[in-house]
Amino acid sequence: MSSTFTLGVIGGVLTLAVLFEMLRRQRLREKYAVIWILVVGITVLVAVFPRTLTAAADLLGVQVPANLLFFGAIMLLLVISIQLSYEIGRLEERTRTLAEEVSLLRLQHERHHGASAPEVPDVVERGEAPPDDPGTPGTLG
Amino acid sequence: MPERRDQRILVVIPAWNEAGVIASTIAEIMAARPDVDLLVVDDGSGDSTADVAEAAGALVARLPYNLGVGGAMRTGYRYALREGYDVVVQIDADGQHDPRYLTELVRGLDEADVVVGARFAGTGTYRASGPRRWAMWLLAKVLSRLAGVRLTDVTSGFRAANRRAVTVFADHYPAEYLGDTVESLVIALRVGCTVHQLPVEMRPRTVGQASQSTLRATLYLARAVVALGLALVRRWPSATETLGQEKS
Repeated sequence: MSSTFTLGVIGGVLTLAVLFEMLRRQRLREKYAVIWILVVGITVLVAVFPRTLTAAADLLGVQVPANLLFFGAIMLLLVISIQLSYEIGRLEERTRTLAEEVSLLRLQHERHHGASAPEVPDVVERGEAPPDDPGTPGTLG
Repeated sequence: MPERRDQRILVVIPAWNEAGVIASTIAEIMAARPDVDLLVVDDGSGDSTADVAEAAGALVARLPYNLGVGGAMRTGYRYALREGYDVVVQIDADGQHDPRYLTELVRGLDEADVVVGARFAGTGTYRASGPRRWAMWLLAKVLSRLAGVRLTDVTSGFRAANRRAVTVFADHYPAEYLGDTVESLVIALRVGCTVHQLPVEMRPRTVGQASQSTLRATLYLARAVVALGLALVRRWPSATETLGQEKS
């Protein structure tokens, strides 16, 4: 059991350190950090007190405690993935709205001030360019 | 008497990498109806579509990246609403929609909020087969039932919308697969708009072609079923509440 203990604690501490550093550099928002800190907490708890796991397995009638652990972990990851998909969908909807607004604002601007306004080379995002885009150099501007 | 004189009509052309044909499409529309305004929504093209369209005399809204037809069209509807147009007509950039039908479509708005130019309604020679045909049949059946009138070609991108429908579409025009055609019609019907169709003849596309392989057609069928099913049960929390909110 000692190896479980060391692995669990080391993993937990490492994860916490990474989370903390990401929070410090503002690469991670608190609302997303909370769930992972909770996960770390549970992991460390199970590593330090393995009997909590066995007890929970007994309580739920799971014969092999590790299976309960796997089940829990998989369910948790599933839920988090779904949550992330949801967030991405919301962001896509927002960027879509912004993109539409930007194009209309630009059109409005050009109509009022003439297209002669200093034309910045188009920043067409090529990252998602569909496959049949031959990658022509920007012809605008 | 073609239509009410005071009607302001905006033709919206969603265009993505159509530099080759967009100029002739614009010229044709202008020749058919010199009185309408033309807005090309450049959907993040990598080629010179926007410049060509501008040179041809159309207004051009440039999307910073590719959003799909749904995104391009919602941009158009928003523009129309803000600028106070009474009618929006969608015409594809590739020249398969004959602008001679434009007047008929707009006239159809006397009796409906949305008028779709349909390929299978008697005119023209367009034929589909296999799973693609079943998909179109299924979509047409369900939409017809919903609309209360017979619709045969619900995936047509040739359509006219009056102010009422434009108000809805300015807020809710899905960017997802089949969202710009099928789901948008479902949305219109579910918020109480009426949808009619008019037979139109469509020309073969000048560039590119619809995929016809069986595998792709089957995939199309599956996606159509999913898209339609979702469209029917989906909630639009603000679909009716925000009507007109777009007005600036």
